[in-house]
Amino acid sequence: MSLNHFLFLSAALFTIGVFGIFLNRRNMIIILMSIELILLSVNINFVAFSHYLGDVTGQIFTFFVMTVAAAEAAIGLAILVAFFRNRSTIDVEEIDSLKG
Amino acid sequence: MPVQMPDINLVTLLPEILIALLSLVLLLKSAWGDENRGGSISAMVIAGVAIATAITLRGGDTTTFGGFFINDAFARFMKVLMFLATGLVLFMSQEFMRRNKFDGGEYQVLTLMALLGGLIMASAGDFIILYLGLELMSLSIYVLAAFRRDDKRSNEAGLKYFVLGSMASGFLLYGISLIYGTTGTTLFTGVATALQAGTGHISPATVMGVILVLAGMSFKVAAAPFHMWAPDVYEGSPTSVTAFMAVLPKIAAFAAIFRVLLVAFPTLHVQWNPVLQFLAVASLAVGAVAAIGQTNIKRMLAYSSIGHVGFILLGLTTHNALGFQSVLVYLAIYIFTNVGAFAIILLLNREGIGDEIDDYKGLARQRPMLAILMAMFMFSMAGIPPLAGFMGKLYVFMAAIEAGQFGLAITGVLFSAVGAFYYLRIVKLIYFDQPKEGAFTMVMDLPARAILTVAGVIILYWGIFPGALLAWSAAGVKVFL
Repeated sequence: MSLNHFLFLSAALFTIGVFGIFLNRRNMIIILMSIELILLSVNINFVAFSHYLGDVTGQIFTFFVMTVAAAEAAIGLAILVAFFRNRSTIDVEEIDSLKG
Repeated sequence: MPVQMPDINLVTLLPEILIALLSLVLLLKSAWGDENRGGSISAMVIAGVAIATAITLRGGDTTTFGGFFINDAFARFMKVLMFLATGLVLFMSQEFMRRNKFDGGEYQVLTLMALLGGLIMASAGDFIILYLGLELMSLSIYVLAAFRRDDKRSNEAGLKYFVLGSMASGFLLYGISLIYGTTGTTLFTGVATALQAGTGHISPATVMGVILVLAGMSFKVAAAPFHMWAPDVYEGSPTSVTAFMAVLPKIAAFAAIFRVLLVAFPTLHVQWNPVLQFLAVASLAVGAVAAIGQTNIKRMLAYSSIGHVGFILLGLTTHNALGFQSVLVYLAIYIFTNVGAFAIILLLNREGIGDEIDDYKGLARQRPMLAILMAMFMFSMAGIPPLAGFMGKLYVFMAAIEAGQFGLAITGVLFSAVGAFYYLRIVKLIYFDQPKEGAFTMVMDLPARAILTVAGVIILYWGIFPGALLAWSAAGVKVFL
């Protein structure tokens, strides 16, 4: 396993995450999952670089990213719950009361 | 093996510690305090911000945690701007918050935490600290945008801001991971040294990383083409939050952009400058053209802020002392014009009207003083002398010409002329149209009067005597020269 394998995996996950946000037309939960996927691809990058550089900074960064990702998921879900209570839907197409 | 002790100097981050402790104490108070705790919590927040400002102004140039946290003249300038933005916006929102039942205390605590995130970003000397500050600020503001729980538009604003903001953080992080991979460090100065050592060969991954970091930060300042969230979020959020998010995240993100580009990547100037130029011209174009058709004043101000971001980026691309200085001057002026304009919008909002531009028709007949102030803020944003907005634009153009970027300077002037159209349209509505029946019967409370007076006087004063502001900003940018 070379560094490149990890980088390809992480780039693929990152791309899937970004496309998941833009191409997804159905469900807000999928968008939240895509965001998590982006952050996890970054973590893979950090850990892989950290291992091959022999430097721990990347692994420490990963802990911080994981912590923040947890907070981010909590806040995203909380906003989504508030949205669902008012609109009774989490369909992406329905999020259109503000034009644009 | 000798253990190396890290250099920890807590005095360096005294203002941050104060704000962090205050927000935690107030969080407890908002949970257990008495019924009408909103007013006292706001008062404590404003007092805390004032004390933190005083501490910041007295601070000297120090770094701590091995260069992770930097307190220099630049950080102090940006922090004072952020304290001003937070304090003024919170002070003027009191009446609005009372009417909208925002006075449980959580609102003020979230504001303080967003401020803390911004302060950390301005002082960050390392990508880890930068990321943590950015997330603390962003997460607090996502919640603030969705603060009106029972309002569909507020929910939607929060949701949109959250999704696009999180994606931007993802871009930023991916960029940071690439930079870490190619340089082996996350410290700004360490990155610069590593890039210096490997001159001649610049890895494409590093360039990609810088561009991704820049893209992530552009989301936060709403620079085109990363601006699509801004009009919706500005329109949907409660007005007091819109006023806040129009100033604080921009100052913090520009502070971070400054430090990342000029401390970590001075050697890649050739690579990132064209990107900045593109962002600047795109923002100027979007800000000037897209605002024309708007009927909602918050939406219009969102596009107007995109245009202002374009000017600020223009100042940054010149890469000379005057250009950097013009960025700081422009930001300082931007705060006061925006605070003033939003103070008037908050005032009119009391009538249940005030979000549509047509609601301002005939303001001059009933409220001549308010009309003069609104006209001043609009003229200042349009860049008409002798108001401060003119000075801001003048320094940006002077810097662009000094750098030999005549094309950019001319583009800026042209878009500034296009943009003047929609500011002047508001002035026209205020002065030459008939008011609706029963409009403008609101009562002026003391905070509104105070804020409007301060903003009006400062805009006039800086427009005529910009010397003090200029000298202060010159001290601020000295660290990058």
